[in-house]
Amino acid sequence: MQLTLWTYEGPPHVGAMRVATAMTDVHYVLHAPQGDTYADLLFTMIERLPRRPPVTYTTFQARDLGGDTAQLFKDAVSSAFERFQPKAVLVGSSCTAELIQDDPGGLAQALNLPVPVIPLELPAYQRKENWGAAETFYQLVRRLVKTPDPVPSPSARKPRCNILGPTALGFRHRDDVREISQLLQALGVDVAVVAPLNASVQDLQNLAQADFNVVLYPEVANTTAQWLERQFSQPYTRVMPIGVTATREFIKEVATLAGVDIPPDLEKNSRSVWFSRSVDSTYLTGKRVFLFGDASHVVAAARFATEEMGFDVAGIGTYSREFAREVRDAAKKYHVEPLITDDYLLVEEQIKSLHPELILGTQMERHIAKRLGIPCAVISAPVHIQDYPARYAPQMGFEGANVLFDTWVYPLMMGLEEHLLGMFREDFEFHDGAAPSHLGSARSQPTESKVPLKMEIDQIVVSNPSVVPITATSWSTDAEKELGKIPFFVRGKARRNTERFAMEHGLSTITVETLYDAKAHFSR
Amino acid sequence: MNAIIPIRREEALGCTNTQVLSEKGQREVFCGLTGIIWLHRKIQDAFFLVVGSRTCAHLIQSAAGVMIFAEPRFGTAIIDERDLAGIADANEELDRVVSELLVRRQDIKLLFLVGSCPSEVIKLDLSRAADRLSRQHLPRTKVLSYSGSGIETTFTQGEDACLASLVPTLPSRTVEGKHLLIVGTLADVVEDQLGALLRKMGIERFDFFPPRKSTDLPAIGPETVCLLAQPFLADTAKQLEARGVKRLSASFPLGAEGTTQWLKVAAKAFGIDDRRFDDVTQAPRQRAIQSVARHQAQLKGKSISFLPDSQLEIPLARFVYQELQMNLLEVGTPYLHRQIMAPELEQLPSSTRLSEGQSLELQLDRCDADQPDLIVCGLGLANPLEARGFTTKWSIELVFTPIQGYEQAGDLAGLFSRPLLRKLKLVA
Repeated sequence: MQLTLWTYEGPPHVGAMRVATAMTDVHYVLHAPQGDTYADLLFTMIERLPRRPPVTYTTFQARDLGGDTAQLFKDAVSSAFERFQPKAVLVGSSCTAELIQDDPGGLAQALNLPVPVIPLELPAYQRKENWGAAETFYQLVRRLVKTPDPVPSPSARKPRCNILGPTALGFRHRDDVREISQLLQALGVDVAVVAPLNASVQDLQNLAQADFNVVLYPEVANTTAQWLERQFSQPYTRVMPIGVTATREFIKEVATLAGVDIPPDLEKNSRSVWFSRSVDSTYLTGKRVFLFGDASHVVAAARFATEEMGFDVAGIGTYSREFAREVRDAAKKYHVEPLITDDYLLVEEQIKSLHPELILGTQMERHIAKRLGIPCAVISAPVHIQDYPARYAPQMGFEGANVLFDTWVYPLMMGLEEHLLGMFREDFEFHDGAAPSHLGSARSQPTESKVPLKMEIDQIVVSNPSVVPITATSWSTDAEKELGKIPFFVRGKARRNTERFAMEHGLSTITVETLYDAKAHFSR
Repeated sequence: MNAIIPIRREEALGCTNTQVLSEKGQREVFCGLTGIIWLHRKIQDAFFLVVGSRTCAHLIQSAAGVMIFAEPRFGTAIIDERDLAGIADANEELDRVVSELLVRRQDIKLLFLVGSCPSEVIKLDLSRAADRLSRQHLPRTKVLSYSGSGIETTFTQGEDACLASLVPTLPSRTVEGKHLLIVGTLADVVEDQLGALLRKMGIERFDFFPPRKSTDLPAIGPETVCLLAQPFLADTAKQLEARGVKRLSASFPLGAEGTTQWLKVAAKAFGIDDRRFDDVTQAPRQRAIQSVARHQAQLKGKSISFLPDSQLEIPLARFVYQELQMNLLEVGTPYLHRQIMAPELEQLPSSTRLSEGQSLELQLDRCDADQPDLIVCGLGLANPLEARGFTTKWSIELVFTPIQGYEQAGDLAGLFSRPLLRKLKLVA
């Protein structure tokens, strides 16, 4: 058992729903208890879809468990098929149905429906949402795709590609697809099929007719792209076009795969590069950020943060175990310890010990940020309703970089205010720890942790051996006062550093001297 | 003794003897775990630990995670394959998780272990676990258990199960004299208003259940009578009756009429005379009627269908019929408790189509045929129905809004008129 306050991913059947709901003529029959229809709300409320997800649930109850739940499932499949007339049917179990072992695949095959029936084996107690989406997409494509007829002269037409990976309930998938499609078009590449988002069964059948694949979201599409490469020799792109440099690399990659020249005016609407170079952004240099989210967004964001914003990476981590290697490599590059976990409490401990000045994470990191009083921006799913905006808000391509610049700078205190706060500490309005004034009075002050410090340390030691434990040093009153003069967003870091310095030098009391010795020591 | 009920009085008894359409099929409802979303705010020093799967954790955070919590007040002990394979002793695992939690959160006074579908299917005995853990962690933390699983409970029944688990822990009453227990989560402001009215009538000894703090549990005794403020509390009522508490049968305090009837039952039980009752209730009652009237102009004659969700449907249907003069088409409820609902059913028009349970697609077909002016339904259906041109009122809001009592009658009516008003206002 695992204590979970917040979970980064849903169960795998939600991943399957994201694929089914993204598509236009697939229906999903899910063997699940009453109540699991809550998942419909993810789509109708959080993403505000104007239609019901194409999912039929058996919604069995306790009294059904004594009877024939297998028959219940068979009835649900036949009536769903009759009513919705889908071109393909997905069948599977949710976590509770997995326990009662009714074999949805076998039961549905026995009905002899006139359309493909694709059984999904999604182990709910081992795997999670993204894996479920990837597996569902892979099974669908594997089952449906058709070998293309040999084309006499492929040079007679423009190069064409598929875009793979966008789903329902994806973080900014809608606008990323638009941004990247426009980019491909400007490059002279046709987009044959986008899948699974808005794709039909027919579209999936035609996937093999494209020249190559653009993988936007490896978490969902890698398995499928790899399989297509093996079966039909379709190469696929490796770079996730988040940030200007990554987008340029992506363009080069596509140009090579498609055999086209890169037109000169692709970057005409790119502003983030200049914004970042303008002197107003100088104060962003070296701000310490902590990044957490799905692996591909985190790695891409870390690159943008360091190379295009001038931040320092204080810590990096992901909940996507399947892609842990990429994050480990990135961590090496930034000389930090990677955090590969789906345990929210570990992430919280890590952030607490690192004292970053900005958190780039998911909806879950916003809870941590509130608790610790640290500015925060969202870079990855899971997200809530406010991150399915009405306006155009891609993360990818040149417009995506513009969006990232604005979004990440917004929660930080602005330059002038930061300077003045460092100089004058006793102002009645602009005081220590008050929310940045451009955010109104909306943000609350850091919540004082109710947990005694001693225990925090114990937990850190247990959970993360790489963090140096701090014990048995006490602060003199003067030193404590002096510490208070350090701006609040770097104070935590200064406290840790000083305590570490005192520990390493065997000092039992921290004086003002120690504080400045430590400052000199760590600013080498 | 009961009066002899004459045969053939269907007309006078409204819906009491109406045939109920009972359907089985896909049910688009929440499971009882959802009750945690309001219970964690009501009982502020309690923590709700669901013992279930990732699905359960995902459900609660999808519903409540839009709020940003510095200190979450609910969580899930996610069962993994080691627990299922029997490699890990599930009880030891649970003890470990609870200890971990209580170390992190020393302010928790009451911990609920909440059962889910997976924990019920694998028959994990949470009530024994709660006893065991209580022994370990008392006096600091009391541990109780209830089931919020989808296979056993629908939405608000989660509150019923939670309160029912609390009843055996209520202390025995040592004070003499008749005592009133008002049962069901009410908004703080509603509690204050109803309490003030009771006091004015001269009823001094009453308590609300659940209390705002787990340390303020009301004491009950043989002289306690209880009045349900919410319709979905059948098990809680049963538990209370088992402890000798007598349940007073009443309509629910929705609207001017419902509130009057509800208060009247309390007044009668305490021997308050009619003069005094009228003196106390007349002014707020008039206020309620007036504020409802403003919305009546817009809603009168409009047709409405309720899809099953919370068991509030029947009392709400009575309110919109009686006080807003809306035209009832179908009133669906996830579960119909005839005894508790009897005073409400009497007041519904006998033409009402009552349905219990759900077969979603068939029910939506009926909506298509009926073309109601307003559909009360869950969030999974609301936007899709709006996109098809229907006007909807999402039902969950009726559980999350102060709607009981006189002063809220206008607000309650407003919840129904607002979607229609909005439709008129938006020109694009």
